[in-house]
Amino acid sequence: MTRQSSRITPVVLTLLSYTIIGLLIVLPVVLILHEALRQGLHTALETLKDPEARSSIRLTACVTAIVTVINTAGGVAAAWTLTKYDFRGARLLVSLIELPISVSPVIAGLVWLLLFGRQGWWGNWLGHHGLHIAFAVPGIILATLFVTFPYVARTLMPYMEQQGRAAEETAFLLGAGFWKTLIHVTLPDAGWALLSGVLLTTARAMGEFGAVAVISGHIPGVTETMPLHIETLYNGYQSVAAFAMAALLVLVAMTTVLIRMFLERSFRKQHP
Amino acid sequence: MKPLTVTGLGSFPRRRQTLPGFSLSLGLSLLWTGLLVVLPLTALLLRPWQHGLGPMIHALHDARMYAALRVSFICAFLAVLIDLPIGLLLAWTLVRYRPPGHRAVDALIDLPFAIPTAVTGIALATLYGPGGWIGAPAEKLGLKLTFSPAGIVIALTFIGLPFIVRSVEPVLRSFPKDVEEAVFLLGASGWQRFCRILLPALAPPLLSGAGLAFARGIGEYGSVIFIAGNQPFHSEVAPLLIVMRLQEFNYDGATSIALILLVTALLCLVAVSHLRRSVSSGLLREDGA
Repeated sequence: MTRQSSRITPVVLTLLSYTIIGLLIVLPVVLILHEALRQGLHTALETLKDPEARSSIRLTACVTAIVTVINTAGGVAAAWTLTKYDFRGARLLVSLIELPISVSPVIAGLVWLLLFGRQGWWGNWLGHHGLHIAFAVPGIILATLFVTFPYVARTLMPYMEQQGRAAEETAFLLGAGFWKTLIHVTLPDAGWALLSGVLLTTARAMGEFGAVAVISGHIPGVTETMPLHIETLYNGYQSVAAFAMAALLVLVAMTTVLIRMFLERSFRKQHP
Repeated sequence: MKPLTVTGLGSFPRRRQTLPGFSLSLGLSLLWTGLLVVLPLTALLLRPWQHGLGPMIHALHDARMYAALRVSFICAFLAVLIDLPIGLLLAWTLVRYRPPGHRAVDALIDLPFAIPTAVTGIALATLYGPGGWIGAPAEKLGLKLTFSPAGIVIALTFIGLPFIVRSVEPVLRSFPKDVEEAVFLLGASGWQRFCRILLPALAPPLLSGAGLAFARGIGEYGSVIFIAGNQPFHSEVAPLLIVMRLQEFNYDGATSIALILLVTALLCLVAVSHLRRSVSSGLLREDGA
């Protein structure tokens, strides 16, 4: 009895899990591709060539590039500082870095409005001097920076800590300076973790919706990123166009997931 | 192997730094964190005191706000309740049985986290909506899944699932096999082993996953607004009400909701990190849990 049930249970539980995954996660993805291709691949691609669609793709690419560069630089600096030196307040810095993860995206947009909106601290003053941050591209960049803030540092820190400091201390004793040690000793070893963190930042930056929706002002062709343009299209009953752009984002998201999985696996094989 | 948590970083004894560049890299880190996290959150915390507490207290007398918060909290809680058994089942199957294709399935679990929320939103609204692949058969059974709180629960279940699976998986993987074998040899049945041995060990990661999923759920916007219907007092979530208040230029109203959401999410996070610390200093430490 026991032996028989122990052979059947895995099969039943596996089938159940795969059904749940299929219904809950795979079906929505299939639906996106199906809706996008409802009128054929040609129509779907045509919708992406619409001027407003192209401008949203351009804006998203530009914002994502800037955000990824800034948060990668900051993330590497923070991960290095926290793992290679001892200082008071390190724990507080870790908590501050992780904080944005638990902040609602809408709040991530709101906080910048409180600084740069018309009723905000500096919004009016900057506006008089011709500098517009809220309802303009700089606001979108700031909101996206906040939302994707922790990922590089968080992916790097555990592995940099595991590395220890011996290699860096040796490099320093052999006469390498700060930059040389960072670029030639630490980063190559943690390279896969860095790449994984950068990919996660890129993926989240491209898809950010709530924070950007609050601060962008939703001006088609000017401050509409891809996710915002999807909302406009969907609410305007342009289903094929909305899902075509959604499919584009999903394909990028799936590619990042696959690359990150591959990176992690090859790392585990090298360091069992 | 030492646990890889970064929480223990502050506890090193203080000594002179051996590596150069400390002030440069600390300065860069503080500048980055200060400008992008501390400054905007300070603006949020100081807002209630900016024009005196009067407008803020006025903003707290708002039945619609409490209704929205109730919808957000209840739906996020229900979604976590649904995610817990599903997440445990998935983690268990993937770690213990390693069925054919488990690697692909393991990668799929990250998708809700990787797919942009607005994309999730329109996909779920179409899938579960009237005429959708799941919505149409459900409608025949008399179930209305979209434009109701049920839709919010569906969206938050989707969003929260990876948090539970990813927090249970490592603990399950490192669970000492000999304990289970000993219990098995002592004659415990499969169910007894699960309830008496595994469940107590898995409770902390389950709870911490639940905490993360809940904190995420109450703040969720993009995946919810397309499927929820957004009727005030019925299916309007708190983050959406923040957006509405901002569109009315009612910054005090928006700030008061934001502060309540933020404090709740932070309490969840503190509880989670407390749980993690107590686990990593407990039974499973040597196995790298």
